[in-house]
Amino acid sequence: MNELPCKVLVIGGGPGGYVAAIRAGQLGLDTILVEAERLGGTCLNVGCIPSKALIHAADAAHALSDPHAFNAIGLSIGPPKLDFAKTIAWKDSIVARLNGGVGALLKKAKVRTLLGTATIVDGKTAIVRADTGESRVHAEHLVIATGSEPMELPALPFGGDILSSTGSLALTEVPRALAVVGAGYIGMELGIAFAKLGARVTIVEALSRILPLYDEELTQPVARRLAELGVETLVNARALEFAKSALRVAEADGSERAIAADKVLVAVGRRARTIGFGLESLDLTMSGPFVRVDDRCATSMRNVWAIGDVTGEPMLAHRAMAQGEMVAEIIAGEKRTFDRVAIAAICFTDPEIVSVGLAPDAAKAAHGEIRVGLFPFRANGRAMTKQADEGFVRVTARADSHFVLGIHAVGAGVSELSATFALALEMGARLEDVALTIHAHPTMSEAFHEAALSALGKPLHI
Amino acid sequence: MGVRSIKMPDVGEGVAEAEIVEWAVKVGDLVREDQVVAAVMTDKATVEIPTPVAGSVLALGGAVGEVLAVGSELIRIDAPGLPDSLAAAAPKAAPARAELAPPQRDKPAPMEQAPPAPKAGAEAPQRLAQERHAAAPLRALEPRTGAPRPPGEKPLASPAVRMKAREAGVDLRFVRGSGPAGRITDEDLDAFIARPPEAPPKGPGRAPNTAVETIKVVGMRRRIAQNMAESSRRVAHFSYVEEIDVTALEELRASLNAHATEERPKLTMLPFLMLAIVKAVADFPQVNAHYDDDADVIQRFGAVHLGVATQTPNGLMVPVVRHAETLGLYACAREMRRVSEAARQGVAAREELTGSTITLTSLGALGGVASTPVVNRPEVAIVGVNKMVVKPVWRDGGFVPRKTINLSSSFDHRVVDGYDAATFIQRVRALIETPATLFIED
Repeated sequence: MNELPCKVLVIGGGPGGYVAAIRAGQLGLDTILVEAERLGGTCLNVGCIPSKALIHAADAAHALSDPHAFNAIGLSIGPPKLDFAKTIAWKDSIVARLNGGVGALLKKAKVRTLLGTATIVDGKTAIVRADTGESRVHAEHLVIATGSEPMELPALPFGGDILSSTGSLALTEVPRALAVVGAGYIGMELGIAFAKLGARVTIVEALSRILPLYDEELTQPVARRLAELGVETLVNARALEFAKSALRVAEADGSERAIAADKVLVAVGRRARTIGFGLESLDLTMSGPFVRVDDRCATSMRNVWAIGDVTGEPMLAHRAMAQGEMVAEIIAGEKRTFDRVAIAAICFTDPEIVSVGLAPDAAKAAHGEIRVGLFPFRANGRAMTKQADEGFVRVTARADSHFVLGIHAVGAGVSELSATFALALEMGARLEDVALTIHAHPTMSEAFHEAALSALGKPLHI
Repeated sequence: MGVRSIKMPDVGEGVAEAEIVEWAVKVGDLVREDQVVAAVMTDKATVEIPTPVAGSVLALGGAVGEVLAVGSELIRIDAPGLPDSLAAAAPKAAPARAELAPPQRDKPAPMEQAPPAPKAGAEAPQRLAQERHAAAPLRALEPRTGAPRPPGEKPLASPAVRMKAREAGVDLRFVRGSGPAGRITDEDLDAFIARPPEAPPKGPGRAPNTAVETIKVVGMRRRIAQNMAESSRRVAHFSYVEEIDVTALEELRASLNAHATEERPKLTMLPFLMLAIVKAVADFPQVNAHYDDDADVIQRFGAVHLGVATQTPNGLMVPVVRHAETLGLYACAREMRRVSEAARQGVAAREELTGSTITLTSLGALGGVASTPVVNRPEVAIVGVNKMVVKPVWRDGGFVPRKTINLSSSFDHRVVDGYDAATFIQRVRALIETPATLFIED
């Protein structure tokens, strides 16, 4: 067996793992990255990137097939024709380009990449089985970045017409009728995209409303849009069984209903990948289903680190990347801790939702008296010119110091505002800081400025 | 002439005081150097005390049987030709001379001794205030003391400042922020690194507190201490606790209080208890008595002079409602309020503080579940009132909420038998539980 000594062994080539490896390599650490499938992990291959590609295609297709908006600006077009196989091929080409990009970056950082499965032997050793043969890797530091995978429902195991998010991104044709189980951000994003591509979509959610992790004020524009798109939403409903092109659902009142569907997308959450590769043998301290880490991403075993989804919520690529970068720097001897004030969460629904920091209820519970300022896009010039005046920006701050605690927005394209929101929180902005920053006109970001002014009790444009 | 004050010497390890068991000399005697003047007894041994100077005895430090602390004046001798030892310590001599006043064994200490205590108490806060005044400007000059922000608040700083702090090994929780909303700026961090505070701010209750406050036990407090110790030492205490249902009494009290007027103000429970005790002791003269254990005499009283234990700024006092057997409900309440107020103000007359025949003690809401009151010698009984609570009581096959109090009473078992004490308390209980019987003329 091939013996491979190194300084850092990273298991998992997703956003956490490959960033950790790149930074470790840049810092001159001898690094090996092991990836079982393709570089980029869930995010790049079957998550963030392909779903956004699909959403973009769906938005374009829907805009053309719903000529109402174009007619308003004096444009008329014929009915569009969608070649979905080509759409998927286009998506795959983006993914492939990024796969290649990650590989190139790793190479540039002098990281050795092994495509194969790793089995942990002990805290410093793993056996990697690749097509080219087996190797035993000895490392001073082990970084566990194995990520997560879609959770199954016992009654609806993946396979056949029952799809995970991964499966739904690999369809070659748009289903005629799609049932989506779970109204979290994955189910909502994909459900809306398939509705725009022409599928008849029904969303089944066990809790009382869609996107239950976001406050209701924020999700209402999305709920309204679902109705416009003809998406049916069943809340307080449990999916029971899928048979004969129908999903049986138990509703809140106890009655049962069959929803016609040729495909079912189950998007009820993701499970940390902690079994099947020898992690148990390390006997690390766990935190529920996740590997427990401290604020340096150190596990209970010295020089064994864990980053990304395997360490728990929020399961977000940008969190994993920040953790990966930090762990590499810690291994290189720098003093770092994960002390970020805020991690933005985005739903690429229609309209988009951005959440950074505390929502008003949580802010009140944590800090007492608060001030909330909200500015609607229907009073924003740029939003009107883009035919996208649904939604708002909302700023939550402490009443005593005006220190900003949370910034939330819902609206078309607000995902790009997440950067300025996160920066405001990291810099410890007060309402005055936002209010005294000149926001360029005409942009949708002016709504952020106005929301801060509004929280200070002196709005201009409303 | 040289007046020499001879102190009670340190007569043995760990001995703080000694009792005078014998005087070998008396005032006016001439003594030689090294002549034994007294014998004192500690709990370990009897020691003879010689005088280090020759001269004539001016005063003795106490009568036989008195206990003197080590270092207090034992004897004062006029030693001709020697320098005056008292002159040098003139200010300190005053209390010593008071100690030398004729022993006051059987007489209660004159009330004139009490006033100095409140005076001292009044001075203390003033002094504290002055000290605080003096300290304030100091603090203003030193902004680096105290916590940089309220506990639990996270320090505010930009990511760049946070990383710089981490690399410099600085915990930002200890750094003061000069920016808006207390934000820590780059300059704040640089200043902190250049000149860190001398000592890390102490967390509340973390550092060992080695302070010892020495409080001299004098005046009123000392009398209380002596009385309590004497009572505890001499009286064979036994306590008896009984639960009393006061639901009916509380109803009566509530209805009386609902129509309170200036002449008939709102009542507490105590006047009712006073009436009950007055009525009960008529049948139990053995608890309304004094026991003079020196003379082996018990005096049973026709009068009920009811002592009411009262917390005053100087400590526990027992003002007396005299001839409670002559008073009605409101008169009891009025008189109790008058004497306890007088005790609190320090203006109580001597007869308002002495001569009680039985004592009632209540801590009101602080009354607890049970207590073991100390008998107010030479009395033989004290009735303590505990906190009122609503309890589920089993009645007629079900639980019903009833208001109850406990009476915790102590008796001098040397002269009061358990049976009598228990029966007395049961009589009080019967009267309270059926409050109408309090007002029936026998």
